[in-house]
Amino acid sequence: MKKNKDLIRLENISKIYDLGETKVKAVDGLSFDVSPGEFVAVMGPSGSGKSTSMNLIGSLDVPTKGKIFLDGQNISYLHESDLAQIRGQKIGFIFQNFNLIPNLTAKENVMLPMMFQGIDEFEREDKAEELLKLVELSDRMDHYPNQLSGGQMQRVAIARALANDPDVVLADEPTGNLDTQTGENVMKFLLKLNKQGKTIILVTHDSDLALEYASEIYWLKDGKLEKVTRKKAGKWVKLKK
Amino acid sequence: MVNYFQLAFRNLKRRGIRSYLTLLGIFIGIAAVVSLITLGAGLKSAVMSQFGISSTEVISVQAGGLNSYGPPGSGAINPLTIEDVEAIDKLGIVEKAIRRNVPSGKLEFNNLVGFGFATNILDGDDRRFIYKQIDAPPIAGRLLKDGDTNKVVLGYNFYVDKAGFGKPIKIGDSVLIQDKKFEVIGITEQKGSFIFDNIVYMNEKPLNDLMGYGDKVDIIAVKIKDKDLMDKAKEDIEKLMRKRRNVKQGEEDFEVSTPDAALATVNDVLGAVQAFIIIIASISILVGAIGIINTMTTSVLERRREIGIMKAIGAKNKHIFFQFLVESGLLGLVGGLAGALVGMFIGYLGTVGINSFLGASAQPQINIILLLLTLAGSFIIGAIAGITPAMQAAKQNPVDALQS
Repeated sequence: MKKNKDLIRLENISKIYDLGETKVKAVDGLSFDVSPGEFVAVMGPSGSGKSTSMNLIGSLDVPTKGKIFLDGQNISYLHESDLAQIRGQKIGFIFQNFNLIPNLTAKENVMLPMMFQGIDEFEREDKAEELLKLVELSDRMDHYPNQLSGGQMQRVAIARALANDPDVVLADEPTGNLDTQTGENVMKFLLKLNKQGKTIILVTHDSDLALEYASEIYWLKDGKLEKVTRKKAGKWVKLKK
Repeated sequence: MVNYFQLAFRNLKRRGIRSYLTLLGIFIGIAAVVSLITLGAGLKSAVMSQFGISSTEVISVQAGGLNSYGPPGSGAINPLTIEDVEAIDKLGIVEKAIRRNVPSGKLEFNNLVGFGFATNILDGDDRRFIYKQIDAPPIAGRLLKDGDTNKVVLGYNFYVDKAGFGKPIKIGDSVLIQDKKFEVIGITEQKGSFIFDNIVYMNEKPLNDLMGYGDKVDIIAVKIKDKDLMDKAKEDIEKLMRKRRNVKQGEEDFEVSTPDAALATVNDVLGAVQAFIIIIASISILVGAIGIINTMTTSVLERRREIGIMKAIGAKNKHIFFQFLVESGLLGLVGGLAGALVGMFIGYLGTVGINSFLGASAQPQINIILLLLTLAGSFIIGAIAGITPAMQAAKQNPVDALQS
């Protein structure tokens, strides 16, 4: 299948952590690309380099070698403030442990990313309410994180990730701290977003989850890309990469 | 902008007791400064009354070279005389010069004996001048009139049993002064001055007959025709007195004090008190600022994850820096606000205390502009203290911060 113009492209990326005498290669020569509207999973066991990959794709970190393009822009070696700008506008993060600010209400947590983009308060409030409605938390807007269940917190995190209408949503083990049923609900939300056109990148060690929801899976092992599989007509086929 | 303050306020609230303890230094410093400012007038009136300054239009002339303790001018080696009074009175710049005597003597009441001071009240126009200068209306009975011979008016402390006679002296009571009987016909209101509240007022003739000071004068009170010529009048009087006492310039054995000079002395005393309090306040504010640095540094370490989250959702370094700066500024501001409120309360209580103790009627001074400047200052001190921790926060690597 011919792909659309790449939204994310990694070209021969390496990330080496310098720990004094030893150097750890977390990611080694990784290349792949994600097109707009895809639901991609980055799969691998612990230590496979998937978290580092997520940090690099999410512009939280810069590679030691190689290039990363986001929507055609080379973001490989940008300054931290420029990366922050890109993160704020183009990427929405969902973390395993929700990462909500504890002393802000659900609505305020959702408003926060918009504040950093200079959006005025009334608009922020309207958008936050709209997003919380979308994740079915209209009745929990003024609750603090410690007054919410795990599933509710993760839905607030999803709403927050969508606050600035990003190009891509990066979900790092989004069901890792949730029971099966709640995790399934959260994944259904992500799938719904994907069906509405949002690009989703799911980082997980759970192959069942990846196989059920993603349309393409990048399998990592020891910091390298082991294989790429794609769902075609309900069946998974291995692609040549 | 508002949201940075809201966020900052929430964070301070979340840290609870630690925030309050951090505020303490700034709180004490600002409370000291504000109470000093609020107390201003009360403090000044307290000091002025102790100096016996009640009029700002009268020059006083005293002989120098005291050889005994006593009120101003008494016990001089070469005392002033009635001729000096008359000579000063004749100066063109002078409206009126009058003699004042403050002899010491024995007073007996309720079989108890005390020693104190009496002062002479002259007849006619001079009486009005003296009453105006002393500014102590009666709170019981009346003041002396021309022709009152065996009558006295007493200072406030006799009336409230603070003069050491075992019981209050009332209107109509008899007292023995230098073993001679006098009827108490009036009590003056509280002046807040040790001398004026313990004095015996007596008409000139009976007092002179009793004490025998004759032509000797303790103080010459001089009223000037034009208040703006106070310095010129002082020079003229000094020149005249040098000539009369045959002394050279710089070797005067007398002193001519203008109200300005007396006020300058008051201001010197006030200045010393204020300087001391400001030094204490400055140390306290410095300690407070160090406390803020400490708290904010700890806060940066504790909130690394939160910093990471904020960076992940788009916060730039400057946003994080500003957030922590506002937070530390707010620590200073809250401390300053609490300090200002408590300071005003202390100043108010102090003024009420001084007024009731000294009988003064000073008003607490609340200067809104100064208060706002104090608050702005406390915010700025807090913010300055927060610069280094805020920079530390801003520089956090988002990946490391998220993993903490």
